[in-house]
Amino acid sequence: MDFLNALVLILDSTIRLSVPLLLACLAGLYSERAGVFDIGLEGKMLAGAFAGAAGAAVTGSAWLGLLCGILVSVGMALVHGFASITHRGNQIVSGVAINFIAAGSTIILGQAWFQQGGRTPALGAAQRFEAIELPGAAALRDVPLIGQIYSELISGHSLLTYFAFLMVPFTWWVLYRTRFGLRLRAVGENPAAVDTAGVSVAWLRYRAVICTGILTGIAGCYLSMVQNAGFVKDMTAGKGFIALAALIFAKWKPVNAMFACLLFGFLDAASIRLQGTPIMGVRVPVQLMQALPYILTVILLAGFIGKAIPPRAGGVPYVKER
Amino acid sequence: MSAPFAKLPRWADYGLIPLINLFVAFIVAGLVVMLVGENPFRAAMILVEGAFGRGQNIAYTLYYATNFIFTGLAVAVAFHAGLFNIGGEGQAYIAGLGVAFVALSLDTVLPWYLTFPIAIVAAAGFGALWALIPAYLQAKRDSHVVITTIMFNYIAGSLMVYMLVDVIKPLGSMAPQTRPFEAGAQLPKLNWIIELFGAKIRSAPLNLSFILALIMAYLVWLLIWRTKLGYEIRTLGFSSKAARYAGISESRIIIITMLISGALAGMMALNPTMGDQHNVSLDFVSQAGFVGIAVALMGRSHPAGIIPAAILFGALYQGGAELAFEMPNISRDMIVIIQGLVILFAGALEHMFRPTIQTLFASLSPRSVGLAAAKKEGA
Repeated sequence: MDFLNALVLILDSTIRLSVPLLLACLAGLYSERAGVFDIGLEGKMLAGAFAGAAGAAVTGSAWLGLLCGILVSVGMALVHGFASITHRGNQIVSGVAINFIAAGSTIILGQAWFQQGGRTPALGAAQRFEAIELPGAAALRDVPLIGQIYSELISGHSLLTYFAFLMVPFTWWVLYRTRFGLRLRAVGENPAAVDTAGVSVAWLRYRAVICTGILTGIAGCYLSMVQNAGFVKDMTAGKGFIALAALIFAKWKPVNAMFACLLFGFLDAASIRLQGTPIMGVRVPVQLMQALPYILTVILLAGFIGKAIPPRAGGVPYVKER
Repeated sequence: MSAPFAKLPRWADYGLIPLINLFVAFIVAGLVVMLVGENPFRAAMILVEGAFGRGQNIAYTLYYATNFIFTGLAVAVAFHAGLFNIGGEGQAYIAGLGVAFVALSLDTVLPWYLTFPIAIVAAAGFGALWALIPAYLQAKRDSHVVITTIMFNYIAGSLMVYMLVDVIKPLGSMAPQTRPFEAGAQLPKLNWIIELFGAKIRSAPLNLSFILALIMAYLVWLLIWRTKLGYEIRTLGFSSKAARYAGISESRIIIITMLISGALAGMMALNPTMGDQHNVSLDFVSQAGFVGIAVALMGRSHPAGIIPAAILFGALYQGGAELAFEMPNISRDMIVIIQGLVILFAGALEHMFRPTIQTLFASLSPRSVGLAAAKKEGA
């Protein structure tokens, strides 16, 4: 029973820790499937987190905060689009730039507006997305196993958590069952064919990049308005890059992305919980657990666990005619 | 009709366009300064004053520039082969381990002038080693070097925390850093050079690695433009098909280029560790690896451009520290924004102003862009 309790606790924090990864990972999926590489997920998430918390603190409403977060993140995504779609700039360089601009401006603006060393004011209950108790969770709590799983694991998360997991089937549906999704995937594999069919490559890619911005904005808001009560400087702490790793690990597929994010979330949860306590007599350094998502991704990229093949036109700006 | 194809004169291509991009980046940065309620012109004055106002400040500026010359060269060498090495940060960090091994074992045995060359080799070797796996994976397994070097930055971060906290830290010490280096691993300061010009310096960290950085800049120029290997690197960067047709082994060049790039990034570790702090501590690289990207882009991957670009960023770092004293709303993070804007305008948006300038040149002086006769016939 003790073991079960510990397991449920770890799985519960796994879900909490994978939500921002999952949202950012799906965000990256839209953009990269359309042929626009995005290593600026981290920066957009950070900007979204800041704008969300700042907006909620100023307006007093969680929903207006979320709107601010999404708008700012979409704005940065459009800058990335402007550089890499309209001006055919290097997508990697543009992503690096976005990350720096977000890292610097969130601290500078936060300090100037709120005078709390780069933090935003602590958010009250009305300015955050609170946990939702699913119907019957309290009643089922005492039923062994099923009750525990339902009331601890499935119930009691915020709206954004359920949204993130619902985005998985939704993204799958969009990508594989709608006209927009077909074109999106096509533009990432062979933009010239899409162009020949009379569909604008640039407009499609811009729409993909906007989807990315919306989702990274929500991912950021989750960090500053659900996981924490306010923005702390550099609060994404590399999550955008773990999401990128998860995207590669998932081979750019939505359902795989969910499992990859849950795996990386579990590693994070386990490393926090274990803190260097020995597993089967061996003391595993915390740092090794923290580095494991990156190591696993490199091993995958090396082609030792299957093969990760990116969208063929990824990273290549489309030139209509010379 | 689109703008006529016009080849810009070299001074416009390598001088004017980067300056315009830089100018726009600073205008946007100025808007951010205005947004936080400060006067951008006053901020710029304080920044320049703080970076070059006194001998002391110049020495600090050059100290920071030293870091950025190394990392800028590292990024630039990889650029020439068409590779984007974002891993300079991790490579420099791991190189600190090499410096620590050499310094801790030799600093009481050898004088600094014997420790230094060994430490250079160790730093370059460890940096190169950290670039080897991403290089190998790119060359043989076709996995993108950008992604693997990002992953390796984080792996380096975890590894160094583990090494410094659990392995190298002296017993009984709380701070995650090595014991202080003795005189045998302390590089001489170069402040006397600035004092030659009549300035007084109390203490500044400018040290011998600045000279090493300048030598490396020269060697990189020699390598890229005056050797067979450099020619092969540039060929690969221009067109991998052409390189293959010419019988150049793609994987060999990728691996060699990344090793050189990693070694250059690794040498950056010498400056803060042996030159200034006299220990190896957590986060001693402090983003210099990433600044290298901005420096290489601004310097157009040429050593003659990288050195001034590195000094500019050194000035921003030093001046930014002074700015933080004067203007409470502006901290050193302002530099991170400027860095991002420079990368955006000089890198990702580098072609934004080119068509306008080409049209301008073509209409003002057609001869300068080689359009003299063609234009009249066309009209």
